[in-house]
Amino acid sequence: MKLAWLLAWRNLMGAGLRTFLNVLVLSFAFVMILWMEGVMVGWDQQSKEDMRAWSIGAGQYWHPAYDAYDVLSLTDAHAVIPKETVRSGLVPVLATQASLFPQGRMMPVRLNGIPSQQSLLKLPTAALDTTMDAIPALMGTSMASKVHLNRGDRVLVQWRDRNGTFDAMEIELVDVFQTTVPAVDAGQVWIDLSVLQELMMLPNEATWLTMGEATVDSERMAPFVWKPFSELTRDIDAMIETKSSGQAVFYVVLLLLAMLAIFDTQVLSIFRRQKEIGTYVALGYTRREVVWLFTVEGSMHAVLAALLAAVYGIPLLWWQSVVGFTIPMDTEGFGMAIAPTLYPVYSLGLVVTTFVLVLITTGLVSYWPSRRIAKMNPTDALRGKIQ
Amino acid sequence: MEQSYLIDLKQVVKRFPMGKGSFTALKGLDLQFEAGEFAGLIGPSGSGKTTLLNIIGTLDLPSEGGGTVLGHPIEHLKASEAALLRKERIGFIFQSYNLLQVHTVFENVEFPLLLLGMPSEERRKKVMEALDWVGLADRHRSRPSQLSGGECQRVAIARAMVKQPSLVLADEPTANLDAANSHHVLKTMQQLNEAFQTTFLFATHDEKVISYLKRKIYLMDGQLVKDERV
Repeated sequence: MKLAWLLAWRNLMGAGLRTFLNVLVLSFAFVMILWMEGVMVGWDQQSKEDMRAWSIGAGQYWHPAYDAYDVLSLTDAHAVIPKETVRSGLVPVLATQASLFPQGRMMPVRLNGIPSQQSLLKLPTAALDTTMDAIPALMGTSMASKVHLNRGDRVLVQWRDRNGTFDAMEIELVDVFQTTVPAVDAGQVWIDLSVLQELMMLPNEATWLTMGEATVDSERMAPFVWKPFSELTRDIDAMIETKSSGQAVFYVVLLLLAMLAIFDTQVLSIFRRQKEIGTYVALGYTRREVVWLFTVEGSMHAVLAALLAAVYGIPLLWWQSVVGFTIPMDTEGFGMAIAPTLYPVYSLGLVVTTFVLVLITTGLVSYWPSRRIAKMNPTDALRGKIQ
Repeated sequence: MEQSYLIDLKQVVKRFPMGKGSFTALKGLDLQFEAGEFAGLIGPSGSGKTTLLNIIGTLDLPSEGGGTVLGHPIEHLKASEAALLRKERIGFIFQSYNLLQVHTVFENVEFPLLLLGMPSEERRKKVMEALDWVGLADRHRSRPSQLSGGECQRVAIARAMVKQPSLVLADEPTANLDAANSHHVLKTMQQLNEAFQTTFLFATHDEKVISYLKRKIYLMDGQLVKDERV
């Protein structure tokens, strides 16, 4: 075993430029896979962190009738805020379906009421704590851009109260916030909770309650149902998984390029080095041991590639993790939490997994052509007579 | 009491498939060799000398017949047993040297000792000793491509002799050498044969080699024609 590695090392070093080119291609694949996976992990972490900061905190208590994907569920999804909410510092939000009338057109929105004094979420709700003859409101940049509104602009909003009666009033945009979380931006208008409760004639009621780090006695939160952070971010996980699967195509293409080079080298080696193979057998190797030697020789490309990748990959990947990767297009239309600049995150597990993946693939590609050696007649090999 | 031979071949037949039939390269050979012999299988191309050398070197199996090589019955030898026998007790010298091109002279000679799992210090000592025997100790860092044909063959001799095997098989060892180098190489082998009592068995039709042999075995069409001791 040790001898095979030593001989493989000597043979590879002796092969010079050919080895270097194969190793270079493989190291490029190695670095690219790490970088792309790092971007995915970074995106995942960044999205979840942004979701935590802007929208879901450490988890939420939902009214049992509330369905985040069904706006019609909002009609019945509200209940009196439990007393436990105040003690635990939960942030209640009341939500209802509404219509906005910017520039004379109608646009369905979700009107959310949130306490202006809250500090759990990054929403700049303090701006809502003002008095004027319109309802102070907040919007994200994406939403504001869509309805062509700027800070200080007024627009008519229409809603139905608890009895189903339509009512309408002007809101004034007191602030426009920049966020990467579409859940609080796209189609969302934020006003003060007490104002919305009054408009809806639902005093002291909420649709969901967002929790911080404090512990809450869930039994005292009835009828609200606990939704843990992991459940609320399940969509992100699914999305990242889908994206990762899509990226696997790139990995396969990259690896194929590298593997093709190694496969070719192996096939050529076995044909060109027949006499050498015969010599190994004559000197006391079994054919199986020669197969192993050639497999190790091919696999060693992966080890050398990892070393070469470390030389230029570590500074490159580190630099990327600091400056980030700016997506060369507008990310607002993506419909998911994605920052314009993604910061790749690399873990030891990721590096080890990638290395093992590359090593196994290289090993298989090296073994495949080397199997022919087991069928070689050593006396023919010694004379270089095998076609 | 039956004498024990280093090599004892009985009725060895070797056939090679050829088209729908077969070609018989060896036709029932009986041959015995004792330890320390400096012998040669002599004959024209196709006489069966290389085939016989391969069978003695356990690189090939006889189609019929058998015997023993270094005490091992060749007809029943498994691939792993044959490899072990070659590794420990048989050295090979080839017509085209068969040196590992990417390795240095030192590494080429070291190779059989690596296979034996010898410790590094002992390996180094033996390699330098073997290179001394063939007069190439000062070239141990060179690569085969930097050596002349004669020097390459001397490296091959050092590689065959470094583990001090019981038997060295040399297939046309001077075929690629000029007269001066041939004599140099043959004298080296002769000296090693005398110094270590290693049995040398050649396959050749080179008159220069034949002139050094102490036993000349003439083959023709796979049959023994003459067995002559000098």
